[in-house]
Amino acid sequence: MMTLIIKVICVYLAGVGFGMIVNLPLRAFNVAGLSGVVGWLVYYLVSLLPSAGLGISNFCGAMAIGLFSMIMARIMKIPSIVFDVPGLVPLVPGSQAYLVVKSFTVGDSHLLGLYAAQLVWISGSIALGFIAAEGVFRVWQQIKAYRSIFKRS
Amino acid sequence: MASVENQSYYQLVINTCLLAGKIMVENGSDLQRVEDTIYRIGHNAKMKSINAYITVTMIMVSSTDPNIPAQMINVNKRSFNLTKVVKVNDLSRKFAAEQINIETFYQQLQLTDIQNDFFSLKMQVLGAILVSGPLVVVFRDNVIDALPACAVAAITWVFFYFMNRYFNIRFVSEFSSAFLLAGISALMVRIGWAHNMDDLIIGSVMPLLPGIPLTNAVRDLLAGNLVSGPARGVEALISACALGFGVAVGLHLF
Repeated sequence: MMTLIIKVICVYLAGVGFGMIVNLPLRAFNVAGLSGVVGWLVYYLVSLLPSAGLGISNFCGAMAIGLFSMIMARIMKIPSIVFDVPGLVPLVPGSQAYLVVKSFTVGDSHLLGLYAAQLVWISGSIALGFIAAEGVFRVWQQIKAYRSIFKRS
Repeated sequence: MASVENQSYYQLVINTCLLAGKIMVENGSDLQRVEDTIYRIGHNAKMKSINAYITVTMIMVSSTDPNIPAQMINVNKRSFNLTKVVKVNDLSRKFAAEQINIETFYQQLQLTDIQNDFFSLKMQVLGAILVSGPLVVVFRDNVIDALPACAVAAITWVFFYFMNRYFNIRFVSEFSSAFLLAGISALMVRIGWAHNMDDLIIGSVMPLLPGIPLTNAVRDLLAGNLVSGPARGVEALISACALGFGVAVGLHLF
């Protein structure tokens, strides 16, 4: 439990730090950190499930980030990419990418294939998670539009 | 038919659209947002029909009125500054609420374009430190090596900043920064200030990652923009390859 709290704080700090690097406006920093925390917590909780692999957990994390940033973009009237980019930082498969490079230099082709497959798998599921978030959001907006039409008539 | 005064007014509207689009593309917005902003400005300026063609290197805006010539603008530099994107968005919202007129809007955009509103080097280094150290803890459960990773990231970021400033080729500065990073990490482990070289490199390479092109590539492809999505994807891929090869050469040598 203690490690979980420490990790959440670390994820928040990482989101804020990446916000400084890509030069966010000041009023967006807090939410940018929170978006990282939301995505990583969803990823972590899903990865605790017995049958969840790398793909499912990353997919759910990316989807949570996409939905969160789109909702916050509506509330704060800021483009949603401001919250997407820092939120994605804790999910980036940095260690797999490094291990690919390392096994490439060492010349271990067996490990190279293994880590490269993991890398493609993770990044593909993150991209799919974003697509799913956008799809969910569009469907929700359509429902809202239909409702307002029915109310008027 | 557009009279002479109307024609100059419409020219101003088209120029405003172009400048707003240019600032947004230059500073790393996704293209769907740019397109949306341009159409909104045209709509709010009571222009009857406006057409925009947007890629990562060029923007073209035209109207169906035969008296108004189409205009294009070239986008040749690219940086990551989301504050400017937010500023253009705010200005567009103000214009839609009729708080400012089109002349003020254009002047404000010109001001935004030339203004330098990056954080200072100190703040950027602080950002790099905040990204690298905590991520070592998150990714690798390694608390001991968090502080050395912060130090490596700070040194690398200062180097990266000055390389970007004086050489101005992003891929070269990424390659050399990654090389330096691997070197310093190896040195730290050799001296005995850090324990695990892998964790050190994984943490301190994180601030250099091309986060914005990667996200934008996915979003542009998703929006059906088949010209710009792959272009941005290739940009992100080259950056990632530069980083990878830098680290690989460093690992080989040290």
